[in-house]
Amino acid sequence: MPYVPHTPEDVRRMLDVIGAPSVASLFDEIPASLRPKSFDLPEGKSEMDVLAHMESLAGKNACGQVSFLGAGFYDHHIPAAVDALSMRSEFYTAYTPYQPEASQGTLQAIFEYQTAVTRLTGLAYANASVYDGGSALFEGAMMAVRHTGRRKLVVCEAVSPIYRVMLGSYTANLHLELVSIPHKDGCCDLAALTAALDADTAAVIVQNPNFFGNLHDFTALFAAARAAGVVSLISVYPVLQSVLKSPGEMGADVAVAEGQSLGLPLSFGGPYLGIMTCNKELVRQMPGRMVGRTVDTQGRTGYVLTLQAREQHIRRQKATSNICSNQALCALRALMHLCLLGQEGLTRTAEICIERAHYAAERLTAIPGVKLMSGGAPFGNEFAVTLPVNAYQVIDKLSARGVVPGFPLGRYYEGRENALLVACTEKTSTEAIGIFAEMLRGML
Amino acid sequence: MNTVFKKSAAGREGVWPKKPEKCAADLLPAGLLRGKSAGLPSLSELDVTRHFTGLSKRNYGVDGNFYPLGSCTMKYNPKFAETVAAMPGFTRLHPVLPQLGGAGRMCQGALEVMYETERLLSELCGMKAFTLHPMAGAHGELTGVMIIAAYHKDKGNKKTKIICPDSAHGTNPASAAIAGFEVVNLPSKDGIVDPDELAKVLDDSVAGMMMTCPNTLGLFETNLPKIVEMLRSVDALLYYDGANLNAIMGKMRVGDAGFDVVHLNLHKTFATPHGGGGPGSGPVGVSERLVPYLPVSRVEKLEDGQFFLNYDFPKSIGYVAPFYGNFGVVLKAYAYILRLGGQGLTRATENAVLAANYLRKRLDTVLEVPYDRVCMHEFVASACRQASSCHVRALDIAKMLLDKGYHAPTIYFPLIVKEALMFEPTETESLDTLDQFADDLIAILAAAEKDPSLATASPLTLPVTRLDETRAARNMELTDDL
Repeated sequence: MPYVPHTPEDVRRMLDVIGAPSVASLFDEIPASLRPKSFDLPEGKSEMDVLAHMESLAGKNACGQVSFLGAGFYDHHIPAAVDALSMRSEFYTAYTPYQPEASQGTLQAIFEYQTAVTRLTGLAYANASVYDGGSALFEGAMMAVRHTGRRKLVVCEAVSPIYRVMLGSYTANLHLELVSIPHKDGCCDLAALTAALDADTAAVIVQNPNFFGNLHDFTALFAAARAAGVVSLISVYPVLQSVLKSPGEMGADVAVAEGQSLGLPLSFGGPYLGIMTCNKELVRQMPGRMVGRTVDTQGRTGYVLTLQAREQHIRRQKATSNICSNQALCALRALMHLCLLGQEGLTRTAEICIERAHYAAERLTAIPGVKLMSGGAPFGNEFAVTLPVNAYQVIDKLSARGVVPGFPLGRYYEGRENALLVACTEKTSTEAIGIFAEMLRGML
Repeated sequence: MNTVFKKSAAGREGVWPKKPEKCAADLLPAGLLRGKSAGLPSLSELDVTRHFTGLSKRNYGVDGNFYPLGSCTMKYNPKFAETVAAMPGFTRLHPVLPQLGGAGRMCQGALEVMYETERLLSELCGMKAFTLHPMAGAHGELTGVMIIAAYHKDKGNKKTKIICPDSAHGTNPASAAIAGFEVVNLPSKDGIVDPDELAKVLDDSVAGMMMTCPNTLGLFETNLPKIVEMLRSVDALLYYDGANLNAIMGKMRVGDAGFDVVHLNLHKTFATPHGGGGPGSGPVGVSERLVPYLPVSRVEKLEDGQFFLNYDFPKSIGYVAPFYGNFGVVLKAYAYILRLGGQGLTRATENAVLAANYLRKRLDTVLEVPYDRVCMHEFVASACRQASSCHVRALDIAKMLLDKGYHAPTIYFPLIVKEALMFEPTETESLDTLDQFADDLIAILAAAEKDPSLATASPLTLPVTRLDETRAARNMELTDDL
């Protein structure tokens, strides 16, 4: 049997030591009434046959198209060294560093990851990560609820609708009030957000770039929030944080991010990485694992899981969160990615993405009837255009010809059925943009 | 070892893309740009390679070290599953593809993997349906408890409490609390749930009970049929924490036994690597009456054999994940199930239980085993004898094992056993390894008894000796910049 090394002779020896007549007798405590009524699973396969089967399934997925899909999840180049180094088995076959002396590799890597993500967001503290950007946003909101003792969350409608529905599901039984502030043609309505802050508000929640790709400076909003005792929570896109004004510079209290763009493949939705950072005031509300630096009995530097009194295995139902593990291997990959690119590499990546998106916007809006949805509002690597026809029509026609033109905004925003969200990365060539533009011109 | 930031040298080139023609300041208003650089390091690829190779050498993992960490099922992770998860036909797939109208046709292979995995897990556990969306065990617990809440709300039941036995993982009460329930802790008797104690706390306000079976002592809950009956009498649901599923595959199906909700830990039972703490995957299975409340989307198969995602479930709890869970992890578990088949999974369970009982018998002369009867896939011993005779505690024994090249068992859990040491050898370790481990542990205990200072000083052969955790908590140096 694969992966079970015991020979019949081993089994006999083990049973003798146990003093049991058979392996079956070890299960005698399971009463007959609880035995399986059916167990209709297929027969095992050889490694070769499983790989062939999986190859054939992988082949049923079309991955060869030119794609302008983003919507918060981007296809960036991943340095080859990220795969090679993260596949060292000492990293990926270890578990949570419960025994710090035998886990300094994982612990120091998480400490360095915490350092790297705080430098990106400009806030002083980070945890070891949570599942994804959406759960990070929810956990950030709960930090604000506990910190303020208030129960209202003011959410900008230009925050990813994918995350807003998650927030809705998670808070359904928690007696919280979610107030949604409409966007204005894809831009955040800063005046309406500011006006919504009151003495019951725990947090104001925004995103930069927002779901439509537009960029904002939230400094004034966050200052107003601070004055009203409201926590400022912002979700960001880590690649663009190499050039964009940081949450720290804007005065945010908590900054979260989806870390997929840092060294993680798209992989049909996961595993991803929920980045969480905060300022000193909120650090004790942080959920999940955190790694701290200390010394050993001989005075040498070492790393440990710390501030564990917040966590479920100590506090049980009084913990800051139910989260047990983190996305350690994803966090490790993100750290490796950031180290391999470095400041210059990440800055160049962001600039190429922004440059390509602006070129694409120029080419697409040169087509009669195609307009930028947000007019002249500044955007980063993604932008929304309105089309003279339903966006689904364009997607169906172009994707059949090998170009996936973007995401249909009508899926989440009523009245935006003709709007298409278009993303570029450093992998989007100017030739591909040209082909897309010509195809679109041809069909309109 | 210095941090990677200390190794940075300004201007040293890493894996950079070509310099773009325009810089950010040419494209965007100055007010939107950073004033201060993020200060990421500048390193060559070799600098980075040396650094992380060096860090990896300061870690124990299953490939290099026996890892009998109880409750974590640290079995060997077969390599072919990594090959599967790295296939470009899966890694390059954008998660919104199936939302683009007819574009579900572009990801039929991935949808088939999800559909088939749900079907296999349903049969394995005797449940009506599964969702793969929860991204870890604790996330599965939260999802399961949210489903319980939705069921009662839909039926108009006023339920406010969830019962958790005192042997439960800490995530159980934490998940119940974060889903909005009051938690009732239930004391065990003889290591298992006692129906008389349950009767004292069971009333109409109870929404459900979370059980681990076998429980965290490695013991089968022999009163299970009675417990199921008692809960049904007040319309409370029974939740199965699948942390210990490796003990029962092919021997019991949780659905047949009367459980309504179950979460599995694919990273435990189905051999996907633990990754140093994640990513995991925590699919949730439900009985027929709870199917309407599963998270959206759900993958379905049309009569023509095509797969699609259905979002139209008005009673659903909604979205617990941005997409379909940790698909890359699900792929590995699916491939593992196909490789082993039903018979192989049953054999995995049988040999896991055999190995745990063998190790228990090898060690019960030197360590106290509080519930010394046939265990399932793990057992809990206690160092209380050593603690009182020579002041050698479970923690010290753990550190001595590290010095011998073994990862330690789980210590001080479950909370109901003093000086607990929880061993889970798994089915993948050979008899030679088990014997060597037992011999080494017996020798360690004998040496510690003669000279307890050996125990309290250990480990001595690792990159660091014991670390000052109080100082870490006080100083809160959580980054290189603090």
